[in-house]
Amino acid sequence: MAFSNLSDFLAMGGYGFYVWLSYGISALSIVLYIIFVRVQGKKIISDMYAQQAREARIAKAKAEEKI
Amino acid sequence: MFTWLHPYAKTERAYALCQSLFPYFLSAAILGLVIGLVWGLAFAPPDYQQGDSFRIIYIHVPSAILAMGTYVAMATAGFVGLVWQWKTAYMSMIAIAPVGALMTFISLFTGAAWGKPMWGTWWIWDARLTSQLILLFLYFGVMALYAAFSDKQQAGKAAAIIALVGVINIPIIHYSVEWWNTLHQGSTITKIGRPSIVPEMKWPLLVSIAGFIGLIGTLVLLQLKNVILMREAHRPWVKKLLLTTPTKGGK
Repeated sequence: MAFSNLSDFLAMGGYGFYVWLSYGISALSIVLYIIFVRVQGKKIISDMYAQQAREARIAKAKAEEKI
Repeated sequence: MFTWLHPYAKTERAYALCQSLFPYFLSAAILGLVIGLVWGLAFAPPDYQQGDSFRIIYIHVPSAILAMGTYVAMATAGFVGLVWQWKTAYMSMIAIAPVGALMTFISLFTGAAWGKPMWGTWWIWDARLTSQLILLFLYFGVMALYAAFSDKQQAGKAAAIIALVGVINIPIIHYSVEWWNTLHQGSTITKIGRPSIVPEMKWPLLVSIAGFIGLIGTLVLLQLKNVILMREAHRPWVKKLLLTTPTKGGK
């Protein structure tokens, strides 16, 4: 262990701001990216449902026209 | 020779491969990052010149090296797409691009936050920093060009060409610290036979590089699954996979 206690660890020998800024922004950008991918994935599914519903409506309208 | 690869040109097989590889990359990411970063942050000794600020190395170096490695992977996928006309190759290429851009951003940001206390500036137009910034723009260029075409096979072709042209930037980034007088320091771990980093600092770095490889794999697979589903939304296998319940308007 390079540090004797937690406050030393957080202080990082006076460089705490820069070290934790680096780690924080990196973690944040990765988390935001994962959220973006998940939202995109949900949108793909909802678009597919919308498309399915649209096809069903078209089929129904066509069937009614024939009668 | 590569006949075993052929089935993966089919999107359904490629999707199944993504699913089966995912847990391995995810566990490599979690294990590597937790062990490597905790080791590097709390247990590695402080640097004799830079004190504890050097601990930024455990994300800066993996993200910077792998931003380049990821670029080569992306260009290779583009090359495969151009030569063999595989659409799954283009899909992989475009799934890799945003992850590579993310890694490049992380390397630039952590570099700035390391440069401020050590060099006294967040940014300088030095050869290494500038060429890495160009790498970020190359990733954006590939993504933008791909998005600009509605015919995704055409889009893949155009983006693959710009990706291949951009490969020239990779050796420039690598040798920038040797070819020009830069503020950025030279490499410490890739000097064969004479690494100028002590083992206590090197091992956590190698572990976190492994963790970053796992992370990149995980993020690429997540994105690739979406890219495949988006392109193949009209295929029966995708419908069977995703449309678990019929909609209100349906039968």
